[in-house]
Amino acid sequence: MSSASGTNPGTNAALAASPPPRRRGLANKYKLFLMALPFLVVTFVFFYLPIYGWIYAFYDYFPGIPLAQTEFVGFKWFKSIASNPIQTEEVIRVMKNTIAMSGLGIVTSFFPIVFAILLTEVRTGWYRRIVQTLTTIPNFISWILVYAIAFVLFSVDGGLVNTLLVKMGFIEQGINFLASGNNVWLPMILWYWWKSLGWSAIIYLAAITGIDQELYEAAEVDGASRFRKIWHITVPGLIPTFFVLLLLSIGNLVNNGIEQYFAFQNAMNKDTIEVLDLYVYNIAFANNFPFATVVSMLKSIISVTLLFLANRLSKRVRGESII
Amino acid sequence: MNVRKSSAGSTVFQLLNYAFFGLFTLSCVFPFYYLFINTISDNNLSATGYITFYPRGIHFDNYLEVLKIKGLGTAAFVSLYRTVVGTVLTVGASAFLGYLFTKKEMWGRQTSYRFVIVTLYFSAGLIPWYITMHNLHLTNNYLAYVLPSIISPFNIILVKTFIESLPPALEESASIDGAGYARVFWSIVLPLSAPILATITIFSAVYQWNAFIDTAFLMTDTKYYTLQYLLYRYLNEANSLANLIKSTQDFNSLNLQNMQTPTSVRMTVTMIVVFPILFIYPFFQRYFVKGILIGAVKG
Repeated sequence: MSSASGTNPGTNAALAASPPPRRRGLANKYKLFLMALPFLVVTFVFFYLPIYGWIYAFYDYFPGIPLAQTEFVGFKWFKSIASNPIQTEEVIRVMKNTIAMSGLGIVTSFFPIVFAILLTEVRTGWYRRIVQTLTTIPNFISWILVYAIAFVLFSVDGGLVNTLLVKMGFIEQGINFLASGNNVWLPMILWYWWKSLGWSAIIYLAAITGIDQELYEAAEVDGASRFRKIWHITVPGLIPTFFVLLLLSIGNLVNNGIEQYFAFQNAMNKDTIEVLDLYVYNIAFANNFPFATVVSMLKSIISVTLLFLANRLSKRVRGESII
Repeated sequence: MNVRKSSAGSTVFQLLNYAFFGLFTLSCVFPFYYLFINTISDNNLSATGYITFYPRGIHFDNYLEVLKIKGLGTAAFVSLYRTVVGTVLTVGASAFLGYLFTKKEMWGRQTSYRFVIVTLYFSAGLIPWYITMHNLHLTNNYLAYVLPSIISPFNIILVKTFIESLPPALEESASIDGAGYARVFWSIVLPLSAPILATITIFSAVYQWNAFIDTAFLMTDTKYYTLQYLLYRYLNEANSLANLIKSTQDFNSLNLQNMQTPTSVRMTVTMIVVFPILFIYPFFQRYFVKGILIGAVKG
């Protein structure tokens, strides 16, 4: 650094003539780094430091007692997944919910394609625009608000659906749709698509606009029907985008998030709504921190492995990485 | 014969198609309309489920009364605070870092960039994160809402890609005039990046306004609650909500018709929380769309 600042004044004229990147002295490369440094520190604190929290998985930690005063227990909490029958059962139940909900999401991930294709078949411009604008709104409200809407429509006392059903004489008393012991996988995926279908379709709508119009014209000359044009031109045009998103969702198989399930969970539906992240929250706040940390930690490792595998698959099939 | 058949089929298809989109769009809009007509209708009718398709006994007392509930004003302030401060910080930091990462002469550029971007794909997990926040004394602390959001890898990628697409001559001419990095950033790069900054501003504002999981993890003291979290509590705790309403209401000054009920409070708070989103969405729709499309190319 000192040599750089030493040579600067004497060679000013020569440097000014050379192209910009080289004209800036050597000091600049460190100066730039120093400007970025505070942000790198913030990144370290909030994204890397939590890895240190993994050591809580190896102690009999209880909130309120400093870690130094708690006993080191090695892999006790890891082993308890297999050795403690209650915990085994719970982890299996939670894994089932996690994979079921992600799986349903993956199986139905062609919905936005269908939505986009059908919407381009709507020939009335203003109608198409209104549909597109209004169906994307739910994507921008929080899951709490989605739950508030579910509450207003489906709650047992005063919910719109129950009121209408009772008035029309289909049922005598309101049905408690939101707090029942029934399996919630299907309602959860329906709420998910209500919220995100319109929005997810946008990317495909853009891709459809990008398809060469001449292909359609040529197909028309050949007498292709509407369906054949969709099947042989539109669909193949959307497959690359679909494939990338599909691989990403496979990479995120265990990351179905917490927000939706947190908002909709209650004492009745807990058995089928608890996905990994929600389970971890629930056991941590029931004060089993070490086990919650173990599950968190294993989840992170599985998730990174899956993403890595999905990326490898993408490289092999498409010759391009997804991340 | 053949032609006729296919055109009939086509008409049926078109009809079904229009109907499908009509119904789905209605399902996306009706809940908001239903909430709204209930908040402005006679509270007794609303609480007993008599308001279904149009308002009756119109009044706007709910929106005034609900503000008197203890904690709601604070929550509104906390929500506003995190939306404004959080957004300014994340947009400022993303713009500056995105700019720095375009500088090829930066020492350790590739490593630093990867150091930040990798966090998109790997996290230590919710509980280790919670423990860290706790150890940093960021539980029951207003800073917890805005500090972690400073670094947003996705926004950094968007800004960096955008700046790289700008003609380099503009920046070069400024540095020949003797302007330093900070100055070039402030007076050249920042104004030129306005389109992408608008996109990330709108995305992070919506994110901050909608966030609630961090409150659930980090905040036990009610004065740190946001509107979203307060609404969540109202939806789930019917009894405490009823008591809260009783303690707030001044029975002498109110006409009994429009007494607050748990239903009216829930619906009114829902409307208050949803309103900013519904209000800004039509104006900023193109920024949202642009955001997802750039993200799709580069993300």
